[in-house]
Amino acid sequence: MTTRNTKVMNRFDVTSRLIAKLKHEEAVIGGIGNTNFDLWAAGHRPQNFYMLGSMGLAFPIALGVALAQPDRRVFALEGDGSLLMQLGALSTIAMLKPKNLIMIVMDNGVYQITGAQPTPAASVADIVGIAAASGLVRSSWAADEEDFERLVDEAMSAAEPSLIAVRIDDKPGVGTTRRDPVQIRERFMHGLGVREPL
Amino acid sequence: MAIAEQQTQATSDRSWHSIVLQTLKRNEISLIPYVPDRVLTPLIKNLHADPFFTTFATAREEEAVGIVSGAWMGGRRGAVLMQTSGFATLANVLASLAVPYQIPLIMFVSERGTLGEFNYGQSLVCRTMRPVLDSLALEHHTITRVDELEFIADRSIKQAVTTQAPVALILNPLLTGGKVSDK
Repeated sequence: MTTRNTKVMNRFDVTSRLIAKLKHEEAVIGGIGNTNFDLWAAGHRPQNFYMLGSMGLAFPIALGVALAQPDRRVFALEGDGSLLMQLGALSTIAMLKPKNLIMIVMDNGVYQITGAQPTPAASVADIVGIAAASGLVRSSWAADEEDFERLVDEAMSAAEPSLIAVRIDDKPGVGTTRRDPVQIRERFMHGLGVREPL
Repeated sequence: MAIAEQQTQATSDRSWHSIVLQTLKRNEISLIPYVPDRVLTPLIKNLHADPFFTTFATAREEEAVGIVSGAWMGGRRGAVLMQTSGFATLANVLASLAVPYQIPLIMFVSERGTLGEFNYGQSLVCRTMRPVLDSLALEHHTITRVDELEFIADRSIKQAVTTQAPVALILNPLLTGGKVSDK
């Protein structure tokens, strides 16, 4: 990976742009750490789910939601380090082809939250190349913010799952998610119409 | 259908794997991700053949746990099938997802490592399973008898759902025959 023509963007800015586009109670699964901190900071929605552990499972959790509610669009936000822990999930998703699942990878090449150590992939591997080779045909790098928004729009009406990778800077998350797992889960289930509020 | 054929059908319906399949169906558990195991093969085959179920392999057991957890929150019930060695990879996802978020994770574990195990690694990893379950105070049952299977599985699934807590149903070689061939 010596030649890169993608702009280095910012996680919070990109996340905010995504959230602004959601008009149909789309579900959003935020991966561990900064990814869900910025999802929280972009403004809580009842259809947001925030992971407090289980690193690497944002895409599998989102896949489960997508299989349970095929008429709802489901987004998953994951970091590059997290995704590296669970690359096999990409082929599972490619095999099942849930058309309502949209995966977004925030790639800064580092484990920012633990001290910005480089990931093993940072200088050698290409996330979009890995996704495409895993069978996810609709996998793309976002060239800049406008391109990201265009790719999201396309993914919203696609007939196959989509993966959008975004090169981001090494800034930490803007907010801090309130760490109450039962409340997070219960509100999410309300937001998905599975449960009535008490 | 001839009477003899019906009898054959009835007999085969009392196999452990038929009971598991029927119990899953009766409890509206339709999403079955798994990491395969030789002993589970007839169950997996029959799940694939039944259109009620969405059955597929995952690359890792924790991936399957993530999938059924998401599905539960979306209103669809699932269960994960795995082998003892696969359960050993789950401590983190149990402690950071299923337990704290109160998700009724239903696990069927084909038990390797005991009653004729030929692979030392399997027998060692088996010894970690119940201590991990006990350390998180998770409900688990080791099923050894086919006449108790339906009761244990059905009641455990209902308890998991109503108490929003995970359960592990360990399918012992006394129930399944286990794996004795070293091939």
